[in-house]
Amino acid sequence: MSAPETQDDQGPVATTGHEWDGIRELDNPLPRWWLWIFYASVVVAIGYWILMPAWPGLTGYTPGMLGKSDRAELVGQLAKLKALRGEQNARLTDASLQEIESDPELQAHALAVGQSVFGDNCATCHGVGGVGGKGYANLRDDVWLWGGTLEDIHRTLQYGIRSGHPQARFSQMPAFGRDQLLTPAQVGDLTEYVVALSGRPANTAAVQRAAPVYAANCVACHGPAGLGDPLQGAPNLTDREWLYGSTRSDIKAQIHNGRGGVMPAWSGRLDPETVKALAVYVHANAAGQ
Amino acid sequence: MTDTTAQQDSPPGAVALLILSAVGAFLALMATGLSPDPLFRLEGWVFTFAALASAAALTVGVANGRYQADPGRYEDGVIRAGAIATVFWAIVGMLVGVVIALQLAWPRIFYFPEAGWLNFGRLRPLHTSGVIFAFGGNALIATSFYVVQRTCRARLAGGMAGWFVFWGYQLFIVMAAVGYLAGITEGREYAEPEWFVDLWLTIVWVVYLLVFLGTLWKRKEPHIYVANWFYLAFIVTVALLHIVNNLSLPVSLLGAKSYSLFAGVQDALTQWWYGHNAVGFFLTAGFLAIMYYFVPKRAKKPVYSYRLSIVHFWSLIFIYIWAGPHHLHYTALPQWAQTLGMTFSIMLWMPSWGGMINGLMTLSGAWDKLRTDPVLRMMAVAVGFYGMSTFEGPLMSIRAVNALSHYTDWTIGHVHSGALGWVGFISFGAIYCLVPWLWKKDRLYSNALVEWHFWIATLGLLLYIAAMWVSGIGEGLLWREYTPQGFLANSFVETVSAKHIANIIRALGGLMYLSGALIMAYNIYRTIRQPAPAVLPAASGPIVAAAA
Repeated sequence: MSAPETQDDQGPVATTGHEWDGIRELDNPLPRWWLWIFYASVVVAIGYWILMPAWPGLTGYTPGMLGKSDRAELVGQLAKLKALRGEQNARLTDASLQEIESDPELQAHALAVGQSVFGDNCATCHGVGGVGGKGYANLRDDVWLWGGTLEDIHRTLQYGIRSGHPQARFSQMPAFGRDQLLTPAQVGDLTEYVVALSGRPANTAAVQRAAPVYAANCVACHGPAGLGDPLQGAPNLTDREWLYGSTRSDIKAQIHNGRGGVMPAWSGRLDPETVKALAVYVHANAAGQ
Repeated sequence: MTDTTAQQDSPPGAVALLILSAVGAFLALMATGLSPDPLFRLEGWVFTFAALASAAALTVGVANGRYQADPGRYEDGVIRAGAIATVFWAIVGMLVGVVIALQLAWPRIFYFPEAGWLNFGRLRPLHTSGVIFAFGGNALIATSFYVVQRTCRARLAGGMAGWFVFWGYQLFIVMAAVGYLAGITEGREYAEPEWFVDLWLTIVWVVYLLVFLGTLWKRKEPHIYVANWFYLAFIVTVALLHIVNNLSLPVSLLGAKSYSLFAGVQDALTQWWYGHNAVGFFLTAGFLAIMYYFVPKRAKKPVYSYRLSIVHFWSLIFIYIWAGPHHLHYTALPQWAQTLGMTFSIMLWMPSWGGMINGLMTLSGAWDKLRTDPVLRMMAVAVGFYGMSTFEGPLMSIRAVNALSHYTDWTIGHVHSGALGWVGFISFGAIYCLVPWLWKKDRLYSNALVEWHFWIATLGLLLYIAAMWVSGIGEGLLWREYTPQGFLANSFVETVSAKHIANIIRALGGLMYLSGALIMAYNIYRTIRQPAPAVLPAASGPIVAAAA
């Protein structure tokens, strides 16, 4: 540069004598601490190579003096875990659901298994703690679409609902509006009827118009009083629990579309004692039945 | 020397580029028309449009006899364009980063099922490539062109080739970004673009290498300055990494999809050999080059130790290339390879710190300037964060530590202390230095705005890193917790919801960092629009004859 910015280095250390665009370089030695830590890190590395599997050769690798192996350690840890769980798991295999529930020690084990498995398999849909969500059943209350006894829950877990499993339970509410089984006016009237069933104020005229429609189309599953039928997975319409929402538009949408969710079959995905433990866990966390 | 430069800069280069653009447009149009793959056609249109725009601009230019270069002056036009592109892509990349941080903090609100291209999976590579390659890459190309000319006292070699590198690189960025949003991906982290974009980048990168080497070749200084060693290591190694990692076989020459040449754990190791050295040679070596020029220049102090620069350069180059396997601890990768990755990472600690020592000790005798010059302070803090993250890196490469940190937010925090603290701040510092020099102003528009940028960005960065430490170590501990009965204590979704607050703080930190960049953009804009000073500063003057 014609007029490089001056570098006012005033120190005992000389520069290398080079200059680029006004930049010069001092000839300081390598900092001692820097050099020694660098050497130390090399020593650590070499020591680690001597102790652990490190350098590849033509047919294998240097195994290291400690004889460590991740693979062997993993096998050992899994075996340890299996032994820890094993005794109680073996008892789960043999015990009936009722026996599990009545034996405090065994029940505690089943609950521990259930909580762990529920979190990673069930919570995705049913929510953390099983509180459910729109379209996904709440597992904490005493309302059960397909029955809430220990056996019912176990059966649902094993085979699922509408899962395609040959032993799965299956039902399909017709899409009354979408498939034009009923007119939009009838769907509207039915909505009022269902609102009335749940004990809320509704349009009396509409309810009266809907009565024969309900009797012709809904009674078979939901019953004359709207109490539902757990054998068909038909919900009770008189309580205040709603799978797809409680508002008029929610109810109307359900009559129109007839939605029904799928619960997967877990037998085959989880081993039998785990499914049992899960049934005990869900049953214990729910209210009633 | 001057004569040959004059010939290279004469219109034949521009005419050649014009012909290449026209041929490129024709070929791209053919490929677009013949391809049955809609995604490939989308990219084809982007390339066709870019080539046509280039041909049109060059036609007008050549017809008016433009592109006559003065061999007695430095080529600064392409660097000015690069400085603007750096600021532009910084804002784009960081904005996308804030958006995906918000998606992580409030996944229900910032979820757009109707617009697939706005989903996290598409935006995440847009953010990483946007900040690393678009922002970082432009900063590196622009500063390397500036530094190599000044420290060699030679005009940039290759005439129009520098401009080809600049625009070719922007085209690479746009094609990569369009591909990410459209769903074209190789699925290789930091190397997501498909084979045709990779080929285009290879061409651009080789020309970049030739321009850089050509300028070094015709230098009028007896020695090559240390910054140029680092730039050259960066350019050469990135070429090598890019080509090997992207070796793949296209399903069709008229389709977007390709398959990697490697499979299984070899593929994973190749990917992380690339991924780690993208950090080493792109984000470390390249930005150390920036530090080695701009810190002594701004502080007006000599570099602390020539010997240290030699030793840490070669040890860094030699050791870095081995460290990749530490990304694959406790995986299918053989344990011996993990050992090598870990031990070379540990040995990398001091070679990395050599750069920090040289950067910070260069300031000795000029510490008072940290109080008065926010630009220099920004670069000093950058060097500090460089030291912090190059200590944290070897620490996290230790297998026992990695068993806790791997796959957690700790890694994200580590990456951002390097990216925001080191890469971001050193680049901002360089931009603040360059803009007045390139546009021939005597100073920045406002030092106060630099102060604001510095403090908002620093606080945002600290919030970001602290939040990620807390959430990362927290989730690592939650993942490994067992009940006394031998079952995992926490479900995955519980560990996700445990990070909610940390995710909000992270988004806030990112937003602050982005705000700093916006302040910088305004400051830069006002600096460029300032009236010229009465006395021109000397920094960007003509190339003078050999030094006395």
